[in-house]
Amino acid sequence: MALLEVEDLRVSFNTPDGVVQAVRGVSYNIEAGQTLGIVGESGSGKSVSTQTIMGLTKGARISGRAVFEGQDLLTASPDQMRDIRGAKVGMIFQDPLSSLHPYYTVGWQIVEMIRLHDDMSKDQAMKRAVELLRLVGIPQPDRRVDDYPHQFSGGMRQRAMIAMAMALNPALLIADEPTTALDVTVQAQVLRVIRRMQEIFGTAVILITHDLGVIADVADEVLVMYGGKVMERADRRTLFFASHHPYTEGLLQSMPSYGGDRERLRPIPGQPPSLLAPPPGCPFAPRCVYVMDKCAEMPALDPVGEKPGHLSACWLPHNEADREAVRRRVAHVELAKSAGPAGA
Amino acid sequence: MATGAASEADPAPAAAVADGDDVLLRAENLVKYFPIKGTGLFQQKEYVHAVDGVSLSIRRGQTFGVVGETGCGKSTLARCIARLHDVTSGRIIFDGQDITKLSQRTMRPLRREIQMIFQDPIGSLNPRRRVGSIIGDPFAIHKLAAGSERKKRVQELMERVGLNPEHFNRFPAEFSGGQRQRIGVARALAFQPKLIICDEPVSALDVSVQAQVINLLADLQTDFGLTYIFIAHDLSVVRHVSNSIGVMYLGKVTEIAPAEELFRAPRHPYTGALLSAVPVPNPELSDQRQQIILAGDVPSPVAPPSGCRFHPRCPKAAPVCVAEDPPLEPRLGDGPEHPAACHLPMAEGENLADFRPSISEQERVVEVEGSLLPEGAEPEDIADALPARGEGGTP
Repeated sequence: MALLEVEDLRVSFNTPDGVVQAVRGVSYNIEAGQTLGIVGESGSGKSVSTQTIMGLTKGARISGRAVFEGQDLLTASPDQMRDIRGAKVGMIFQDPLSSLHPYYTVGWQIVEMIRLHDDMSKDQAMKRAVELLRLVGIPQPDRRVDDYPHQFSGGMRQRAMIAMAMALNPALLIADEPTTALDVTVQAQVLRVIRRMQEIFGTAVILITHDLGVIADVADEVLVMYGGKVMERADRRTLFFASHHPYTEGLLQSMPSYGGDRERLRPIPGQPPSLLAPPPGCPFAPRCVYVMDKCAEMPALDPVGEKPGHLSACWLPHNEADREAVRRRVAHVELAKSAGPAGA
Repeated sequence: MATGAASEADPAPAAAVADGDDVLLRAENLVKYFPIKGTGLFQQKEYVHAVDGVSLSIRRGQTFGVVGETGCGKSTLARCIARLHDVTSGRIIFDGQDITKLSQRTMRPLRREIQMIFQDPIGSLNPRRRVGSIIGDPFAIHKLAAGSERKKRVQELMERVGLNPEHFNRFPAEFSGGQRQRIGVARALAFQPKLIICDEPVSALDVSVQAQVINLLADLQTDFGLTYIFIAHDLSVVRHVSNSIGVMYLGKVTEIAPAEELFRAPRHPYTGALLSAVPVPNPELSDQRQQIILAGDVPSPVAPPSGCRFHPRCPKAAPVCVAEDPPLEPRLGDGPEHPAACHLPMAEGENLADFRPSISEQERVVEVEGSLLPEGAEPEDIADALPARGEGGTP
């Protein structure tokens, strides 16, 4: 059985401008010990979907199911959720400075967290906090445990957050853009710590990011989200080398390739959709080069390609050869269109 | 491996690149210190050494990329070049003219020729003014066009950067992030400047939109013969847009090289470590490569380390690195366009992971990686220290 099973999750918010449909029918599951990467641009619903599962979206209209270890988190009482949050599911966020309380020492905050869930003395809890800080690579943890968050550097704060999230040995760690605010060298340190913790404790990780590079580095399975829906799900290699959905293709093509040829980038034209009144059908259709009449109706997230577990929500032919034919036809039309303006 | 690089003693290393008409901007030993405390009468003054002796030259029509981590001084350098900061010492020569000491008034005509684009497209646009008037500002300030003529010029610019000219009367909030960045580009472009300094222009944008803005900047460069200084922390973006790249660490330039050469054969160990840390959007490559993960954090720029500033974190550090600041000059037979400031440069194909520093403990930062799992400890030992799963949640 999967550790977490999310089924047809829908989240919407009432705003002065109307109802924002942030998540529109998302389903996925994650196995114990697995790393699931969720990629998507701003407004794709990637953060809201996990926050909702953890009961952190107040005032939202929620439907669907999110079964964690046999319990539906969406119907759990606030007391039940408090027991789960922190103890069974750890969370780290993008900005460690605003997730740590500036008035209290880092050690005190970890101790408080441990003692909230676990019956142990302050001294014992403090010992464990030091051990945890050592584990995530804070130098001289027995001294630094008495530091305040502002005395830590950005990378150290994020490590401290990881230490806190791992304090009760949770089965699942949700990391929401954990390295976005960090420099690349620090990002590499933090990703290594997460990976290491995962090896040691066998924790499952949901890693939310917009950076395909990070995904290629650490994810086992990848979920691509757009306009509040899941567009594609595949294992890491399949996603990068044999993706099916045109949005995934567009994302990969718009990245400056590490191979480094200075040819023109191929951005996805247009802007991400508004979730205020999303059109029926595929949210990517207005920006898609392969758009057809059928796209006015939302395709189901169906198995495609050869790899088991490769799912895509797109009307394009599911087998590679037929799809290639469509691609070539479209590329031909595109070429004719762009023949006019000179491309540098 | 050791070379006689010192024999070609070069007085002005970075400026050694064929100087002449094709150099648009030259910085000579640029220094910018910010005082932080000790402004009292008898207190000793302390300074943030934001930019500490940077020399470089940028050719016309090219893109010079600047990379480095937070606090390395790359933005301060850009602001000094745009004369938004007064420099502490050193010279800036723009288009053959020394602009270092020009007064506000004499600087004004030159401001048209050096423009900036900022990272935060929201913060750099006044939310209470209409887009047309924001982009029209340069025309008003320099009294170049007014009335319907100004409107016409603004609309031309909007069209040129891919905005709908009919949106002239909208407010910045009505545009998306990518479109706001286009407004910033249009404003910078108003006078067809010679040099545009782009400070993290695409960092706040989504990948798909980022590519649109990068392509726009490339088109404008071809059309108007612009020169760019392109600052970003995303190395794959910098590599894509730049002809040559300068790497900065703690206020100093550690290496300058043509983009491809920098990625193929980095000389400075910091460059090597930085490049290896970049996540590669390709599972095949990211599985193969060996990451060099630097220990610790960047030291404080208030009291930078002696000698080579990278020595406390450098895997190749030797006593000479502590004692002497290495000059920025070509190493290991590189051409004059590829200087590096390192006593022990990396040979091509060399693996930094094979090296251990030969300096004392006190001169190094504490080895962080080692403490990730104590010597000889098995993962199980650590796991024992934590509660077994499921027992943690006693209410």
